[in-house]
Amino acid sequence: MTITKTEAVESTSTRTRTLSRTLGRVAEALCTPLVPADYLDIVAPMRPGARRAKVVAVRPETARATTLVLRPAFRWPGHRPGQYLRLGVDVDGVRLWRSYSLTGPQRPDGTLTVTVGALDGGAVSSHLQSVRVGALVEVDGPDGVFTLPDVAPAKTLFVTAGTGLTPVVGMLRTRLADLRDVVLVHSARTADDVMFAEELRDWAAQGRLRLVERHTATQGRLTAAALADLVPDVAERETWACGPNGLLDEIAAAAEAQGWTQRLHTERFRPVLVEPGTGGTVTYGRAGVTLEADGATTLLAAGEAGGVLLPSGCRMGICFQCVVPLTEGSVRDVRNGVVTTATAEDPALVQTCISAAAGPCALDV
Amino acid sequence: MTAIQHKPVSPVAHLTPEDVEELGRLLDEIREEVVSSRGARDAEYIRKVIKTQRRLELGSRAVLLASLFPPAWVVGTIGLSIAKILENMEIGHNVMHGQWDWMRDPKIHSTTWEWDNVTPSEHWKHSHNELHHTWTNVLGKDNDLGYGIMRVDEDQPWSPALLGQPFYNFLNMLVFEYGIAAYDLELFALGKASAEKKAATWAKGKQVLRKVRKQVLRDYVLHPALSGPSFVPTLAANAVANLVRNVWTHSVIMCGHFPSGVETFTRKSIEGETRGEWYLRQMLGSANITGGRFMHVMTGNLSYQIEHHLYPDLPSNRYAEVAPRVQELFERYGLTYVSGPLPKQVASAWWKVIRLSVPTKADLDKRRARKARRATGRRPAVPAQQQETVLEPVA
Ligand SMILES: Cc1cc2nc3c(=O)[nH]c(=O)nc-3n(C[C@H](O)[C@H](O)[C@H](O)COP(=O)(O)OP(=O)(O)OC[C@H]3O[C@@H](n4cnc5c(N)ncnc54)[C@H](O)[C@@H]3O)c2cc1C
Ligand code: FES
Repeated sequence: MTITKTEAVESTSTRTRTLSRTLGRVAEALCTPLVPADYLDIVAPMRPGARRAKVVAVRPETARATTLVLRPAFRWPGHRPGQYLRLGVDVDGVRLWRSYSLTGPQRPDGTLTVTVGALDGGAVSSHLQSVRVGALVEVDGPDGVFTLPDVAPAKTLFVTAGTGLTPVVGMLRTRLADLRDVVLVHSARTADDVMFAEELRDWAAQGRLRLVERHTATQGRLTAAALADLVPDVAERETWACGPNGLLDEIAAAAEAQGWTQRLHTERFRPVLVEPGTGGTVTYGRAGVTLEADGATTLLAAGEAGGVLLPSGCRMGICFQCVVPLTEGSVRDVRNGVVTTATAEDPALVQTCISAAAGPCALDV
Repeated sequence: MTAIQHKPVSPVAHLTPEDVEELGRLLDEIREEVVSSRGARDAEYIRKVIKTQRRLELGSRAVLLASLFPPAWVVGTIGLSIAKILENMEIGHNVMHGQWDWMRDPKIHSTTWEWDNVTPSEHWKHSHNELHHTWTNVLGKDNDLGYGIMRVDEDQPWSPALLGQPFYNFLNMLVFEYGIAAYDLELFALGKASAEKKAATWAKGKQVLRKVRKQVLRDYVLHPALSGPSFVPTLAANAVANLVRNVWTHSVIMCGHFPSGVETFTRKSIEGETRGEWYLRQMLGSANITGGRFMHVMTGNLSYQIEHHLYPDLPSNRYAEVAPRVQELFERYGLTYVSGPLPKQVASAWWKVIRLSVPTKADLDKRRARKARRATGRRPAVPAQQQETVLEPVA
């Protein structure tokens, strides 16, 4: 019998695979009831493949924003500019997950950058302002659909405010070369509060984009009318907007009125809320936890505060990673007030991150 | 001891219902303080314990690779025994109580934790967290009162089989983790169980067997095999470490509820129990062990059994901190804080097991009366041990 070269290679690789699978099984049996990763996490938390990253540099971006350079331990799957990752950070002993937009491409040395704006009373954003170099954070992602198309549009407009600049700077740093006719209208409280200011102003000076800075402390908030004045051809531009909900609502309303909704892409950092309804008693069935939650607290936040482990992603209703079965009772979508009701015979799947109790309810989680 | 309701002088007779509720309120206050101050310091503590435990286990197992060499065997066996005890007591037992759930770390969470014990954590959380902690020291309800095979209270009926209970207790001590698995499965009551119940027990039993198989494979096949020429000494080291853990945990657990001075309760007495009364029962139904820091960690802080029973889901490192305040409440309310060094408490618990194996004249009279009742066909509706007249809840 003759064995061709490819067959030989194939059988070697199958053999290697079988061998590594067997070794893996033996390692698991040696570690039971834990898994090998539990021991490796103790001796080598940054071993290749671990879903975490080391903070390798921390630098102030403005007085109220900090840039973190992260080196993931695992092979980063790559991201499209504009996407975000999720960071799991221990704040006063409690693991909290938040999303942060990637502010540039992965660097040749494998690092990724995010910029975190300080928010008064914000648990994670405040904590990350003073994170140490060398700290480890849990990482998940990338995710997000706030991205540029492969084929650059003829005319592009970016409208951003505050930390909303982060996904857009990620797009510019990666794709500015192949974008033509770019306008960036960015709002910040003062000239000093503009993140990535030097870089943006350099690009403007080089004529690579038209930069309009609006300093809201002196000039007031950007309105749709002001935007139309600043960018007369706004309706013809493919537009990406990211910033506070008030600004995004205003732009969305203008786009609707002027008929360019299809050309508008927005990214929100938090859901738009309606007036909260009544809360209720929430039962997290499998966790065996029952608690009272008001109508403004999401089932995700209430459960986490009660020590329940719940899946989550963006925490604002876009990624559907938080979906769990509602087996009894009613919940209310905090963004629009829509009520979903389920019974044991007819359970409904709900997003816990944007649902609050509307009377007693039970989740199968 | 005798159920508190049957004592000539009740240790809580001096408390009014208002006192009991006030006591409950004060205990709730301590609880709230701890809950609202849980933070980085506590998280650091449990992570450090877990890190230490895993390093010690890895280190000891590494040393045992050369266990043919007697000093290596001794060092490795001691290390592995300590690591196994820490894993079950300070880590496993407490994590499964949800003491660390507030950290939201899926790796240190009651719903995901599996411990190195043949009882699956799911079964344990039911029998221990739910049943034992709810029905602490209630006769006929709390299986931990003698594990269904022993008589550890005067109010439990005597039978001739109990003459052997010091021996059963000794055996149980040697194979304690298997004893727990057996009594979680209620194997001793299986004879009288319905077919449905038997099927359920079989399903649970299979889960136990799966864990037994994994543990045996790890401790008695794979790790010895890794040791090559040291196969037999490593196997022996694992066996000894498991034995040491059995003896240690059995002793610590006996100290929690069996020593003299600990009270028991009748089932009727806890109907409609208030929060304050529940606290009071936990206070009187548990005993502490005094000792140094190392001893406390090795018992999983069950040496603070009283504090643990008051606050089963508070982080274990906080028990030592709240203990002086709890003790102060005992004094203020004229209650006995049962506590003593390990040898004394172990001896006290053993003495009870031995003493109650032998019937008194009263026990024999009761037994005769029970037999007579059965002969005349007046079958008691509930098991005999709950038949005694129940006094009004005290206070
Ligand atoms: C897809 C996505 C991308 C994001 N990218 C970035 C980024 O690149 N840089 C960045 O700094 N943040 C970004 N965020 C926001 C970030 O995820 C956190 O929400 C933010 O850091 C606040 O978290 P916190 O824990 O500090 O605040 P929390 O403790 O959760 O909230 C504190 C208080 O602030 C309010 N609050 C929460 N978010 C905001 C907000 N954005 N504006 C005003 N008030 C708020 C809350 O309602 C609460 O009252 C992004 C969010 C999403 C969904
Ligand atoms: S967490 Fe993303 S949709 Fe709920």
